[in-house]
This record gives sequence, C-alpha cells and structure tokens, in this order.
Amino acid sequence: MPSTFDTVANIIAETCDIPRETIKPESHSIDDLGIDSLDFLDIAFAIDKAFGIKLPLEKWTQEVNDGKATTEQYFVLKNLTARIDELVAAKGA
Amino acid sequence: MRLEYFQLIDRIVEVKLADRKIRSEATVPTASTIFEGHFPGYPLMPGVLLIESMAQTSGWLIVGMTGFKRMPFLAAVKDAKFRNFVSPGQRLSLSAQLAHEGSGYMVMQASATADGKLVCNASLTFRIMDFPNADMHKHMLDLAKKIDFPMEALADG
Repeated sequence: MPSTFDTVANIIAETCDIPRETIKPESHSIDDLGIDSLDFLDIAFAIDKAFGIKLPLEKWTQEVNDGKATTEQYFVLKNLTARIDELVAAKGA
Repeated sequence: MRLEYFQLIDRIVEVKLADRKIRSEATVPTASTIFEGHFPGYPLMPGVLLIESMAQTSGWLIVGMTGFKRMPFLAAVKDAKFRNFVSPGQRLSLSAQLAHEGSGYMVMQASATADGKLVCNASLTFRIMDFPNADMHKHMLDLAKKIDFPMEALADG
C-alpha cells in the first residue's frame, strides 16, 4: 500500500502535470511547486476521494488569513500528509 | 431563457435536497442576435451557453443546499460533451447531481436533454463563498421566486 506522501505526490503530479521526481516531502505546494488555488481544488477533490476525508480548506485558509497559522503548516507536503493522516485517523476513531 | 440577462433557466422543476439533485427546464428563444452569428442560416444554441445552463441549474441546487446563505461561482468545467445540436425554440430539460461536497467547493455532474435525447453533459466545479454583498443575496432570492424555486424544499434538506 503506497504511503500517504506517495499517494498525494502522485495526485499532484497527475493533476498539475508536475514531474513526480520533483515533488518532495519538503516541497511547498504553492511556493515550490507553483500550484494555484484552482489546481489545489482539483488536488483536494482527489485527496478527499482517495482518503475518504474532507480536507478543511476553508478553515485552513481562514487561519492563514487571520495570521493564526502559516501556509507552511498546511501546504508543505510533509505537513499536509500529516494532516491527512490525522483526518483519516479521526475518521476511524 | 432570457439570454440578454444571462438567465438561462426558466423554471426549477424539482429540488431534492436530501438526494442532492435538481431538475430545471428552459426553452431556447426562437430569436436572438446570438443566432445571427452562430450561425448565419443555421442557428444553433452555442455550447458555452449550454454549459452555462447546466451551471445555473447546478448553482441553484448549491444555493439551496446552503439555505441561500452562500453563493457558488463556477471554477472548472471538465469533460464537457456536446452530443446533439440544440436549435431555437427547443425545450431543454436540465439536471444536476452533487458528485462531491468539499470544504469551500462542490463538484456537480450535470446534463441536458432535448426531445428525450442527451444533448450535453459535464462535470462542473464550483467555489462556494459567502454572498459578496446584500444586493446579490436579494437578487438571488428575487430570482428564485421568478423561476419557481421551491423554498419549501429547504426544510427537507
């Protein structure tokens, strides 16, 4: 079974036509990979479906806009995958 | 349809909020300046307007799902297929079904038929946002009355 990171990286590579090998756990999806908000909707849709969760994009965006969180906390891939794992675990709890 | 006002839906036929489904209908006008260019001597309803018809149908379902508290904005059109020509005067039956409800976005599967034939279908993604101002909110409520949006359906959602 692929890791959460591999699944997410494959989704990003396919959705945004980004070479898979350039997508690293340390990559910032916006700053490093250049993913814009519309492409991120596609990625969120694919992630939601793949993991059976609902990424709380509105909450995250609000927190970033309010200065309560940084984009790194949610959009650096190793952090994003950690959030996904938390959401999957919460779903199964 | 009132093409000059970009009102592509005449009437909401049915809203099933529990099933996340909607049906609407619209009659393509017999005359419009659009047909003078699309195409001279062979008037056809433009595909982009068929997409807009499906988007507006989908949008009314989303507005209903939010209890008229939020507004959908079309963000992406995927796999749009135009399977049959639509001519002036034809009546369209439109339908849309929620495919996925995300955080701040929804994906809908929409289609239109005319004379029992599928004429187009597409996957439509919408951003869902708060109404940008009170005027727009009022406009949507007023328009909902004009097109017979069943406000009683909101209680079932």
